[in-house]
Amino acid sequence: MQRKRPKYLNLLEIKQPLPAVISILHRLSGALLFFPGIPLLLCGLDLILNSPQGYAQFQSFLANPLFKVALTLFLWFFLHHFCAGIRYLALDLHYGGKLEQARLTSKIVLAAGIILTLLIGAWIW
Amino acid sequence: MDMVKRVITGAHYGLRDWLAQRITAVVMIVFTLLLAAIFMISPPHDEASWKAIFSNRWMRTASFLFLVSLFWHAWIGMRNILMDYVHATGIRLTLQILVILSLIFYTIWSAEILWALEMA
Repeated sequence: MQRKRPKYLNLLEIKQPLPAVISILHRLSGALLFFPGIPLLLCGLDLILNSPQGYAQFQSFLANPLFKVALTLFLWFFLHHFCAGIRYLALDLHYGGKLEQARLTSKIVLAAGIILTLLIGAWIW
Repeated sequence: MDMVKRVITGAHYGLRDWLAQRITAVVMIVFTLLLAAIFMISPPHDEASWKAIFSNRWMRTASFLFLVSLFWHAWIGMRNILMDYVHATGIRLTLQILVILSLIFYTIWSAEILWALEMA
């Protein structure tokens, strides 16, 4: 039987297993945390700590719903990256490497990231 | 029978970077939990309470350690991403240099932010 090789999978067409979704979200959130995440974090810290009217300005930003949405989104990027990162550290130590466990911990990571975001988000709003 | 004996040497930074990425991750986890604990015990509600948290000498050092870990961690991650997706050497090199320069800039900026508190 003649098979066509190499075979290219269309990543957009096949259904990704949950661990793959967690992985790509980890990478995507990492890139967004680098930019614009880091400069925004430093701007915020500088504003709060060092500029005379900075804190009041920060509070007026916080009053803006659009800003709150952006902050909540970045909070999720961070928390997802954080939870998925802990999962990878565990995998490096050979915990949770079996297929069933890998699927279960993927679900936990995705849920934990979202739940923590909602909890902290509720506090911000 | 090996017709081609291929020796893959590479630049040998793989293991070191892999380890650095994980060590910086652990440093950031510890700091994040510490900060979360501080925020839960006494949430900063005004400018003075924010300044009080970060003007503590240990907290300032820990914050700087966190930020430097973050920048190092980000370099390894961004380099891996660029190596995976940007195949044109010239563009990749340019982007990598931009990442490095921005991270050096962020390091200096972080020190300024944290230690400017002392001057004020």
